[in-house]
Amino acid sequence: METSLNSTGRLPAAFLTPGSSSFIEFLADHQPELLPGRRTLPVGMAPIEAPHGTTIVSATFDGGVVIAGDRRATMGNIIAQRDIEKVFPADEYSAVGIAGTAGLAVEMVRLFQLELEHYEKIEGTSLSLEGKANRLTTMIRGNLGMAMQGLAVVPLFAGYDLDQGKGRIFTYDVTGGRSEETGFAATGSGSLFAKGSMKKLYRHDLSAEQAAIVVVQALYDAADDDSATGGPDLTRRIFPIVSVITDEGFRRLADDEVGEVAKTVLGHRLEQPDGPQAPLL
Amino acid sequence: MSTPFYVSPQQAMADRAEYARKGIARGRSVVVLTYTDGIVFVAENTSRALHKVSEIYDRIAFAAVGRYNEFENLRIGGVRYADLRGYSYDRADVNARGLANVYAQTLGTIFSSTGEKPYEVELVVAEVGRTPGDDQIYRLTPDGSVVDEHGTVAVGGSSESIATYLEQRHQEGMTLPEALKLAVDGLARDPNGGAARTLTPDQLEVAVLDRGRWQQRKFKRLLGTQLGRLLEGDASAAIDNDETEPPPSGAPSAGKS
Repeated sequence: METSLNSTGRLPAAFLTPGSSSFIEFLADHQPELLPGRRTLPVGMAPIEAPHGTTIVSATFDGGVVIAGDRRATMGNIIAQRDIEKVFPADEYSAVGIAGTAGLAVEMVRLFQLELEHYEKIEGTSLSLEGKANRLTTMIRGNLGMAMQGLAVVPLFAGYDLDQGKGRIFTYDVTGGRSEETGFAATGSGSLFAKGSMKKLYRHDLSAEQAAIVVVQALYDAADDDSATGGPDLTRRIFPIVSVITDEGFRRLADDEVGEVAKTVLGHRLEQPDGPQAPLL
Repeated sequence: MSTPFYVSPQQAMADRAEYARKGIARGRSVVVLTYTDGIVFVAENTSRALHKVSEIYDRIAFAAVGRYNEFENLRIGGVRYADLRGYSYDRADVNARGLANVYAQTLGTIFSSTGEKPYEVELVVAEVGRTPGDDQIYRLTPDGSVVDEHGTVAVGGSSESIATYLEQRHQEGMTLPEALKLAVDGLARDPNGGAARTLTPDQLEVAVLDRGRWQQRKFKRLLGTQLGRLLEGDASAAIDNDETEPPPSGAPSAGKS
């Protein structure tokens, strides 16, 4: 791929032209073919079979937000991958979890990470959390053509808002429709079950450790009822990815830490398969 | 119609070089030094918003003197070049040598084209390696020459006398406070032999490329009280914000997905 330079090796005029601080806008002017949304699609094609990522859950706690994802990617009724990663840091204070077509979603995350970093380097300051959430909206809209053909990407965006001093969660639909969630949220095929689970377990005064238990419980419940969501895999030591974002920044919990939580949850499920019970009234 | 005066190519180039050199000599200097854990950039700059030292990419930083609009333009071009290259290939494929070459071609073409005014800038492009032996520092002059420097570089107004001072005193294996003190002493000297000035932290812009950071991006600005403590020789001040444990890989390019 011929990336960027003209024949003399000099920076092309586009590089030295004052413009916006957006990497995506720069690409659109200079090398639009590198943008995911600009690909032309054959018409009337049957839906493409590609690996799909499934459930992402997130919950806020006092002083931050936790975001977690299971590790299964499916292609139809086949398990395409057992240890896929679906939760990524977007920058120092935010993370994005992806459900939907894995190939496109990972590409979108890469571009989104770069967009935030590029802005930070050019401007010398980072975007507001709201600004980051809106940039993601634009990128999902760019993918609408593919989404219509069944290659949808539905991310969940969570971050610590430095201005407001709290964790916030945003969910999206395939058209880029954005909504801010209070307390907890989930996306992907197992999200119905995960949301039901969190509804019963979530409290407003959770600590970070308790919030991590809530999201692992929710992922267990999603895996319990949704064949496309994978539960903790003790034999292969593949545990959900759990990340915590506070005013100290993004931190992905080590496999040992998540492993402990997962084992505790599983231990209790041996006694009560349906998990902790909420009072009737 | 009068015929234009003939100017020999030698004379034309000398005039352009003289013009650029004079523009650069008006500004304060920037110095770049290696120390045991990385590379430190020190500039005399009272502005908090208009930087002379900036991040380009993971391991690469940029320092410049001269006309602000011209080097800012080159800085943005460099960030675009690095980000586009990293996006098309991989983050590991972006290096200082490539960037220095691109800058050299850009400056050289402008310098020798008669239609354009030569840039009045002098740049430093530096990359921190995994070991001190892998550190790279390139100095670029307005005519597009690239010089591969080792240990120390000074660019700007009285760069020659500062460079000599630094070269004589710089050693391998200096700690950050030692290197920083040397850099500030160099900047504070009077090139005409008068008494040295005193530079306070708010007159200085300091940044490091620290190979010890667990983050992918090694660039870090040293500000306020942290800089003050370092200038007083407190070595523990440098690693203030980097105490957190390295998280498992985060970038999607790094994982199997």
